[in-house]
Amino acid sequence: MAELIELRGATKRFPTGSGGVHTAVRDLTMTVDRGEFVAVVGPTGCGKSTTLSLVSGLEPPSEGEVLVGGQHVTGIPEGVGYMFQNDAVLPWRSVLDNVAAGPRYRGESKAAARSKARDWVQRVGLGGFEDYYPHQLSGGMRKRVAMAQTLVNEPSILLMDEPFSALDVQTRALMQDELLRLWSGTGAGVVFVTHDLEEAIALADKVVVMTSSPATVKATFTVGLDRPRTVEEVRLTSQFLEIYREIWDSLREEVEKAREQGATRVA
Amino acid sequence: MLHDTASQKTTQVLEEPAVTSTVNSAAKSTPDIASPVDARTAHRRRKTKVWSIRLLLVVAWLVSWELTATYLIDPFFYSKPSAVAAKLADWFTVGTSQGSIWEQIVVTLQEAVAGFVLGALAGVVLGILLGRSRLLADICAPFIKAANAVPRIVLASLFVIWFGLGMSSKIATAFVLVFFAVFFNAFQGAREVDRNLINNARILGASRVQVLGTIVVPSATSWILASLHSAFGFALIGAVVGEFTGADRGLGLLINHAQGTFDAAGIYAGMIVITVIALLAEWLLTLAENRLLKWRPPAASAEVQL
Repeated sequence: MAELIELRGATKRFPTGSGGVHTAVRDLTMTVDRGEFVAVVGPTGCGKSTTLSLVSGLEPPSEGEVLVGGQHVTGIPEGVGYMFQNDAVLPWRSVLDNVAAGPRYRGESKAAARSKARDWVQRVGLGGFEDYYPHQLSGGMRKRVAMAQTLVNEPSILLMDEPFSALDVQTRALMQDELLRLWSGTGAGVVFVTHDLEEAIALADKVVVMTSSPATVKATFTVGLDRPRTVEEVRLTSQFLEIYREIWDSLREEVEKAREQGATRVA
Repeated sequence: MLHDTASQKTTQVLEEPAVTSTVNSAAKSTPDIASPVDARTAHRRRKTKVWSIRLLLVVAWLVSWELTATYLIDPFFYSKPSAVAAKLADWFTVGTSQGSIWEQIVVTLQEAVAGFVLGALAGVVLGILLGRSRLLADICAPFIKAANAVPRIVLASLFVIWFGLGMSSKIATAFVLVFFAVFFNAFQGAREVDRNLINNARILGASRVQVLGTIVVPSATSWILASLHSAFGFALIGAVVGEFTGADRGLGLLINHAQGTFDAAGIYAGMIVITVIALLAEWLLTLAENRLLKWRPPAASAEVQL
């Protein structure tokens, strides 16, 4: 059976405003299995998000191949869910109608979409807030709405782009646990982009370290921590620290390189 | 138009469990007042103060006008409040030189509303279309800029030749004025749609048409609604100027007739009638806006609007 997600030598270039070409990712090769949780870490601004754009079909690769379920990606593949870094909930819709958006787009009746949505609003812990508008909710609650909105479509691939980076530390830990709880047993493959190595290890089965810009895969580490995990507890174990040290050795170089690049760009 | 919605809205604080408080704008601006009862009284007191000063200003203005027109300047040119009031009373009880005042109001209103609705519809549709299609926008840009630079009010003369003295020439004038006011806002609104929202909708399974209907149009709505306030003013101007240029009925004709007979009070009276219509329309538009934009955080709409 084909891998769930496969990138083969994928490269993505963007034209820059000044007429040049910016290479966001180069020669990217990685795979994600069904039911596997892969975290992608790398220095800030290295092109991690571009990886997700390629898999989601929002951007075609400039070179190389992107396959989802053995099929070449042209347009948005079936079964993809994507949680963006910034809020993508619709401010003019209530919580319930935000969550019902996916099923509605996919042609379900209003009543069916709403009953599905009601179920997911409950599952992400927002029962009782169905009729609230996003501006009436806290940042963490809006993330829950976004999560329900994505999960209601029952994606087999879940792409997440630093979804919790804007949250305070406690809310973030809470949301991470929530994510693991909702994901477990769905069999969905997850690609979780973050610059927070602790978050990556606490959540993932596999951590992919990216180089500084233009990004490519530097190393891949397997995280052997038992599931189910509680993020606040798992990060205190000696096993966690051991893996952390190992990956950080690899990541540190890239972070320093990125810092130098940033410095020369400023100078 | 000045209005205050904060006092009617309940702000719900969701971070803390079950904290629901009624916060009105007076309490916000004067944080030293602790209890909500005190805050409410302070708010009411402030409101009374604002209204009394307003009333005082109007009275001072009218009285000084009346006095100067009686003793210092020639009321033949400048008229005076009592003459304007008498004129208005005469119009509404006896009728105008053109017949019933209500008939004139209805005619002008019909022209303005028709021009407003058609112009706004065309502006919204074309604005969103061009806002979403780079190619179309690039092709049309110079034409639209040129058309916008034309002194459109002059078109009223042309429309009288084309469509005659009836309503359609005034509707056409109102249309061109409204169209551009709405078009540019709809265009900008459609352009500034958050890419994130569009990508999210596409991932969730939305087709192009669904993205347009559920993301682009609602995002542009606040831009469009903002333009509709000034657009209705333009529609009235278009209708009145059209009637000025050549008509057989309407408020513009009434004012034109007053000008022809050196009747300054008649011009003022016409102005007042039109102003009242514009304010009523403004009030209706604000009601509609608050309904359509009820999802917006109250802070944005609670400020005093001009």
